[in-house]
Amino acid sequence: MIRQCVIIFGCLAIGELIVAVTGIKLPASIIGMLLLTLLLKLGWVKVGWVKGISDFLVKNLSLFFVPPGVAVMLYLDVIEANFWAIVVASVGSTVIVLALTGWTHQILRKSKFLNGKRSIQDV
Amino acid sequence: MKSFFESEAFIVAFVFLAYYLATRLQKRTGFILLNPILVAVLIIIVFLSVFKIDYASFHEGSKLIEFFLKPAVVALGVPLYQQLEKIKKQAIPILVSQLVGCVVGIVSVVLIAKAMGASKEIIYSLAPKSVTTPIAIEVSKAIHGIPALTASVVIVVGIFGGIFGYTIMKWTHVKNPVAQGLSMGTAAHAVGTSRSMEISPSFGAMSSIGLIVNGIFTAILTPYILQLINIWIPL
Repeated sequence: MIRQCVIIFGCLAIGELIVAVTGIKLPASIIGMLLLTLLLKLGWVKVGWVKGISDFLVKNLSLFFVPPGVAVMLYLDVIEANFWAIVVASVGSTVIVLALTGWTHQILRKSKFLNGKRSIQDV
Repeated sequence: MKSFFESEAFIVAFVFLAYYLATRLQKRTGFILLNPILVAVLIIIVFLSVFKIDYASFHEGSKLIEFFLKPAVVALGVPLYQQLEKIKKQAIPILVSQLVGCVVGIVSVVLIAKAMGASKEIIYSLAPKSVTTPIAIEVSKAIHGIPALTASVVIVVGIFGGIFGYTIMKWTHVKNPVAQGLSMGTAAHAVGTSRSMEISPSFGAMSSIGLIVNGIFTAILTPYILQLINIWIPL
């Protein structure tokens, strides 16, 4: 358990360090995630070493958004003033993303030039 | 009594309790609109208003839980690693469609909100609305949006996508199963992914690729896309 914490929080801390040193415009947690993926890929960290804590965190991801969600009570007036803009923009954009992502993927998958022979079997 | 309600221990326990009750309610009813995050947030807001506890005191305790968003995002590296082989096999279709989804998602929400007269603060808060909350919140902070507003919009977008996503794709002729799974993760993050998991684990796996890859693209590209839009139309 402690080794798991060292790895996860270690990746996060190195992410913070990279942000501080390079001034890169990325959340430290994303850099930590990419770092963890890299360590797993290189085989320096085994999945079994982090499985317990990562399963716990990923499965309960929703819980951690409750506190930032509550902060919405501070902005009720802002939301009320912009209610329809927020709703129409979010819903409209979501429909567009669903369609365009799907279309792009469908078109590119069919292209033999990009995928060679594998394209049909790999569902 | 009020000082007890404002103690860190009580607040942490209460956040867990509210979330636990919310998950039980969803299991009991199976009603997708009763999203546990939404219900837990409502329970807490009602409690704080009834007992006149201000947000600042609540936040003293709740930030102890909120902090775990960060290691939770790091932990997403494990499923990403487990999907790497799948991503490699279809690298170009996946990466290009994710890039399209990311750019279109940001540009469309920004332009629609602008056209409807939303303020700059609101527009920036909406920009990362397609990606999973921990990433969206971090992006929102980085671009000076309102993270709390981003969080609520992300959750609502997820629920909308989760309920109507497959119907919308039927209308728009997104027929390929891989494309459908991917689109759900791209547009509706974790809620879309859990909906896809209900259909089948392979839909769920593709959906989680969409969730993660679009999350990374959005985290990297949002500030630059906003800068570019700003040159064209000042927000």
